[in-house]
Amino acid sequence: MTTVAVPAWTRRRALALIERNFMIYRRSVTPLLNALVEPILYLLSIGVGVGMLVGTVPGVDVPYAAYVGPAILATTAMNTAFNQTSFGVFIRMRVEKTYEAILPTPLSVTDIAVGEVTSAMINGLLTSIGFLTLMAVGGLVTSAWVLLALPASLLISYAFAAGGLAVTTYLRDFPDFQYIQLFMLPMYLFATTFYPLSVYPEAVRPLIQALPLYHSIELVREPALGHLSWDLLIPVAYLLAFGSVAMYVATRRMTRAMLR
Amino acid sequence: MVSTHPLVEARDLTKVYPARGSTPEFRAVDGIDFALERGESFGLLGPNGAGKSTTMRMIAATSPISGGSLRVLGMDPMKQGPEIRARLGVVTQDDHLDNELTVRENLHIYGRYFGLPRAVIRERATRLLDFAQLQEKAGDQVETLSGGMRRRLTIARSLINEPDILLLDEPTTGLDPQARHILWDRLFQLKQQGVTLILTTHYMDEAEQLCDRLVVVDHGRIVAQGSPQELIHRYATREVLELRFRLDERDTAAEKLRTSVLATGGTDAEGRVELLPDRVLVYTADGEAALATVHAMSLTPLTALVRRATLEDVFLKLTGRSLIE
Repeated sequence: MTTVAVPAWTRRRALALIERNFMIYRRSVTPLLNALVEPILYLLSIGVGVGMLVGTVPGVDVPYAAYVGPAILATTAMNTAFNQTSFGVFIRMRVEKTYEAILPTPLSVTDIAVGEVTSAMINGLLTSIGFLTLMAVGGLVTSAWVLLALPASLLISYAFAAGGLAVTTYLRDFPDFQYIQLFMLPMYLFATTFYPLSVYPEAVRPLIQALPLYHSIELVREPALGHLSWDLLIPVAYLLAFGSVAMYVATRRMTRAMLR
Repeated sequence: MVSTHPLVEARDLTKVYPARGSTPEFRAVDGIDFALERGESFGLLGPNGAGKSTTMRMIAATSPISGGSLRVLGMDPMKQGPEIRARLGVVTQDDHLDNELTVRENLHIYGRYFGLPRAVIRERATRLLDFAQLQEKAGDQVETLSGGMRRRLTIARSLINEPDILLLDEPTTGLDPQARHILWDRLFQLKQQGVTLILTTHYMDEAEQLCDRLVVVDHGRIVAQGSPQELIHRYATREVLELRFRLDERDTAAEKLRTSVLATGGTDAEGRVELLPDRVLVYTADGEAALATVHAMSLTPLTALVRRATLEDVFLKLTGRSLIE
């Protein structure tokens, strides 16, 4: 009997789960288009609408909408990825029991986790491409470095997909999603999406800087405004670490819950 | 060379769910031994909660064992789970079909989970749709299928990797009689083709039809094993007399029978009387003679039926209760 090298297989096996999600998209891309509705509404109402009153952000010489756009792009990647591994995985785990059928196949629980997070990352990238295209069409692109938003959206999606997966393992039932909203919405509003960190008093800033969305926004907005520096490695490191810790927690807890 | 090792071998296999909060520790499987040979059709029989499904999940390498030893296809399920699962087909108690996909897509993606090339899956899927009599439904969403069709698709899906062993956990529970018969026919066909089957059931007729060998489990332990015929021979009499009485007569009649010659055996060494909520069973070699004895005791049952003993009677004898409560 030869032993099979499991790690090598694992990556290949996780691909099957990505294929599953794409079989569903082949039939309908509505879920992806829906993920663009909310960011477009924010961009129009706050970026363009409120932007009429704001003019420009102090120290930034682009229109307000062009300042807010990259941040909303980061939230688009975040929400797309997060929703897939929180709401989506919860439904597949508890309602559809999709994984019950997958467990008896060679896929391991880790493969399932890796597959879900990877397809959430792909979705995050796709909606980010969609949103960036809309920004470009609307004349909100001011630097070619904005293209760095695409690899950035993969990293943001990784962090939030893994985070969503980890959080999902703690949920007992649907009402628990309210607690998630209780964290996600304030983070959306306060993590420098609509104004710079300098708006906050010194004492509050570390709190904001601890948020994963803050780093996601930094990673997209800075290059989009043409600001490139080694400081960008901080959000990169933060998001990698955040995602990896979440991934570890998620796979451990999923394995314990599913292999009873 | 053909391996002489059993396909599945369990020694003192145990599964304990540790205490959690107010739930006390639960020994779902409490030290069972069995061995399964290639081509055999093996049944785990027992009431709900007897430990059948847990045993199945341990064999399928989806539930870690708590004690004893278990070898599946010569491998250790704790260490070589993916390799074992690659060679098994599993039909779980609930269908768990992928509701977001069509019938054919369900087969396709399942094959992909096993890492099969698309061309291989395409060819097998066509054959399996045929086998499951679902050709006309191939493009339909699985949500539109009837219970029996879902079950057949689940079985077809479990065959996509051409497994060495097919595990079926209560394959016909909840199906109407016609759907059950179609399913039995399909399973019998697989058995004829030499597929090794392990199935759990609490239907006696199913066990008699499909299993070469049975293990009767209760409270996580094996209480008997053998072929269906052996078990009936060993634990039941040739015939059973079923009696129903009027409600107001039932208790006195039952008491009379229990103290009668029928219960103690008399000429009939294995004679026995069992009281069920709705009827009285008299185990005997000769049902007609027993009925004559009942009439001689001036008891007047509403109905009296003489029938062959079945596995249901074996179970009743072994555990003191009926299978489906």
